Amino acid sequence: MNHQRIIWIEFTVGVFMLVAFLSAIFLALRVSGLVTMVGSETYQIRARFDNIGGLKVRSPVNIAGVTVGRVSDIQFDAKTFDAVVSMEIDNQYKILPSDTSASILTSGLLGEKYINLEPGASETTLGSGGEIEATQSALILENLIGKFLTRGKEGD
Amino acid sequence: MHRLIHHIQSIGQKTIGFCIAFGRANLFILSIIFAWPGFKLGARLLVKQLYSVGVLSLIIIVVSGGFVGMVLGLQGYTTLIKFGAEQALGPMISLALVRELGPVMSALLFAGRAGSALTAEIGLMRATEQLSGMEMMAVDPITRVIAPRFWAGVISLPLLAILFSAVGVWGGTLVGVNWLGVDEGAFWGNMQSAVDWHEDVWNGIIKSFVFGILVTWLAVFHGYYATPTSEGVSLATTRTVVQSSLVVLAMDFVLTALMFGELG
Repeated sequence: MNHQRIIWIEFTVGVFMLVAFLSAIFLALRVSGLVTMVGSETYQIRARFDNIGGLKVRSPVNIAGVTVGRVSDIQFDAKTFDAVVSMEIDNQYKILPSDTSASILTSGLLGEKYINLEPGASETTLGSGGEIEATQSALILENLIGKFLTRGKEGD
Repeated sequence: MHRLIHHIQSIGQKTIGFCIAFGRANLFILSIIFAWPGFKLGARLLVKQLYSVGVLSLIIIVVSGGFVGMVLGLQGYTTLIKFGAEQALGPMISLALVRELGPVMSALLFAGRAGSALTAEIGLMRATEQLSGMEMMAVDPITRVIAPRFWAGVISLPLLAILFSAVGVWGGTLVGVNWLGVDEGAFWGNMQSAVDWHEDVWNGIIKSFVFGILVTWLAVFHGYYATPTSEGVSLATTRTVVQSSLVVLAMDFVLTALMFGELG
């Protein structure tokens, strides 16, 4: 096998490796949006809900519609019988007041569940490991229909 | 009565034959894993095989990936637009590609393009007694011929699957965003929030790694133990393609159930 052929083979194999590597970067950054998780420090806060509906780990946490963090863990507290949701919030939003309230909302009619934070007016801030006191559970469609039906009967 | 005994005997014969082949294939892959011809020679042989197994498969992978993505974009759009949910096109295309179509389609194409070529090459080496010639010269054919081809296949297929998915997403974007007019921000934004690096992309890469081991293993095995006649080589090549495709599809179900399903 002559020398030029060997160089050609090694060159194309190198191009193959590079192209595959670039594709992996494309899948990581552009398709899976990995960049939002890398390079940003987070801190953890918790909130207790009576019912989390369809909230999942990695659901977004929004303030004023902007995603500032993600749900990192959901546990059931066997003592108080409610759900403890841990959220990881981007460190640049460490200015949340301590009387911030949290509610579980749905994006669109049938969309994903997400947590909406409503900042309060307190001077003190919610630090790392802080717990949100005022929470509003997810809206369960069946409960709502049930209420609507019973109210309709009372009206008769 | 004689005929019945004959039938039962043939069933037993086939079972024993299958067990022998299975055991032989397992011993064969063990000897491949522990055979490595030293760093410098190994690297040279590996690069040459990466060329013939990986680089020469590039065109078919890129072209099919692009067209599969474009078809996904077109079909997804015509269905989703009925529900006014064309924003879900990005997640649909990318999840279908990175989870299933990328690993499976590239493994099937790889079995047809590279697996069959490996079997035919090694089978012809067997038929023309090149492998016996190597043994005569105290060169281990497994170290020199089989191991570089096996590792080249195992390395190439995950890379080809990544490439297939990336080109497919690009093709889907071309049709969905550029031609049919889905909003570009919603397309990429929904895709990024739906696709998880570890859960979706990485599991797809693990899948294609498993497929790479299975397909190349079957290819070199059938080539090495081919009957040394022209008919035997053709039979071995057919077996490689058929068995690889079946094993890939069956294994894909098992892996999907373990990774994404509620079964695992």
